[in-house]
Amino acid sequence: MARTNRDYALLGRDAKLAEEIGLVSAQWYHTDMPRKEMKALMKREDGPAIRDTAMLFAAMAVSALGGIALWPSWWSAPFWAVYGVLYASAMDSRWHECGHGSAFRTRWMNDALYQVACFCMLRNPVLWRWSHTRHHTDTIIVGHDPEIIAMRPAVVARLVLNLFGIFEFLGNARALLTLAAGQMSEQEKSYVPESERPAAFRIARIWLGIYACVAAAALAMGSILPFMLVGLPIFYGSWHMVLTGYMQHLGLAENVLDHRLNSRTVLINPVSRFIYWNMNYHVEHHMFPMVPYHRLKDLHERIRHDLPPAHPSMLSAYREILPALVRQFSNPDWFVKRTLPPTAKPYRPEFHGDLEPGRPTPGIGGYGGLPPDAVPAE
Amino acid sequence: MPWIKACTTGDIEEEDLIRFDHGGRSFAVYHSPDGEFFCTDGLCTHEDVHLADGLVIDYVIECPKHNGQFDYRTGEAMRAPVCKDLGTYPVKVEGTDVLIEVPA
Repeated sequence: MARTNRDYALLGRDAKLAEEIGLVSAQWYHTDMPRKEMKALMKREDGPAIRDTAMLFAAMAVSALGGIALWPSWWSAPFWAVYGVLYASAMDSRWHECGHGSAFRTRWMNDALYQVACFCMLRNPVLWRWSHTRHHTDTIIVGHDPEIIAMRPAVVARLVLNLFGIFEFLGNARALLTLAAGQMSEQEKSYVPESERPAAFRIARIWLGIYACVAAAALAMGSILPFMLVGLPIFYGSWHMVLTGYMQHLGLAENVLDHRLNSRTVLINPVSRFIYWNMNYHVEHHMFPMVPYHRLKDLHERIRHDLPPAHPSMLSAYREILPALVRQFSNPDWFVKRTLPPTAKPYRPEFHGDLEPGRPTPGIGGYGGLPPDAVPAE
Repeated sequence: MPWIKACTTGDIEEEDLIRFDHGGRSFAVYHSPDGEFFCTDGLCTHEDVHLADGLVIDYVIECPKHNGQFDYRTGEAMRAPVCKDLGTYPVKVEGTDVLIEVPA
């Protein structure tokens, strides 16, 4: 039975508590890096992202053409499987990198790919830019981070439905319709400045127009084929995004100010790294979001002495994540506190690095009493 | 307003910046790719992050926290999440000294 009642609402009880104890817009731990080295790692280039974008669009075109040519035979399924992952998983990472503005050196290239990726993912480019900004300011701070995927305890249906893109689709479709109607929820208003809202409304209306054209084409053809190209890939191609995305923070600490405690780096295969654009180096990305995706591996090599060891595979990461999620059903304060190597600077109390698994979490107001089974860190 | 010595010309590489604190305020002093010097407020207008840890790309300073961008010559906010312009301050070079004119 859950001992705490966490309030993840952006304007809720725990949002206020986090603010009161200094967890909001706070200073975070950073590994020391000489300015010269950091400048070299932050340097922007167009070449790597142009190459990767050309490869991505070429692969999408080939797989889409194969799917269309063999439609409606089941022989088209492998082509759709590839197209779907590129449309609904690779575009997630393009949304992310171009949202940071770090994929390309040239600004319009970042902006153009950002808009395309947002459309594919059905993510309003204004809304999601600002929600991700908040995610970087207040990473996994309860009541402030709008991108917390797994609550404590986890909502299993949400985690499973997301494998098929359903939960995110429902939220994005609702946002599309309300924004097209010129409305924004109070929670969304809490992180989107007033000056930016008209752009969110305008884009939602344009997208509705595009979807109306796709629907008209489907009706005219008497086939769902147009939706296989636009829209439906969200349902049949999100699984890779979800598998990689769940590794970022699940099972780790809440309400700490050290990304080594709440983010996870996992070494994955080259194909997944292409799809995910190296976001498997997630501690590194959160600690230094200015470093473009194509230098994250170098950054990892440079600062790994100060980080918990990277997981050697996705399997290794999920062997840590799944038991932690199960344990959080009986003890929502449980989390995985990863051991630092001897070369690392220790977790520091001022960054809530003294928080131990199973102990009450600072900034959470829903405790019914002292935890009966609190245990020290393993 | 007084002119204050912020640094010397050799203290900042071209296409880079340094932090300069004075009178309880923080400033950022820039050395542009064509050798000119500029000065702005030192904190991002979005969330009070020190710009000195950011990246200078031509005439743009990018905030290290959320990648918001400003034109450091004019202070103009160029890319979300920054919406409010940076304050800018006059700069002159005397010999090797970089002087900025800041509010008293």
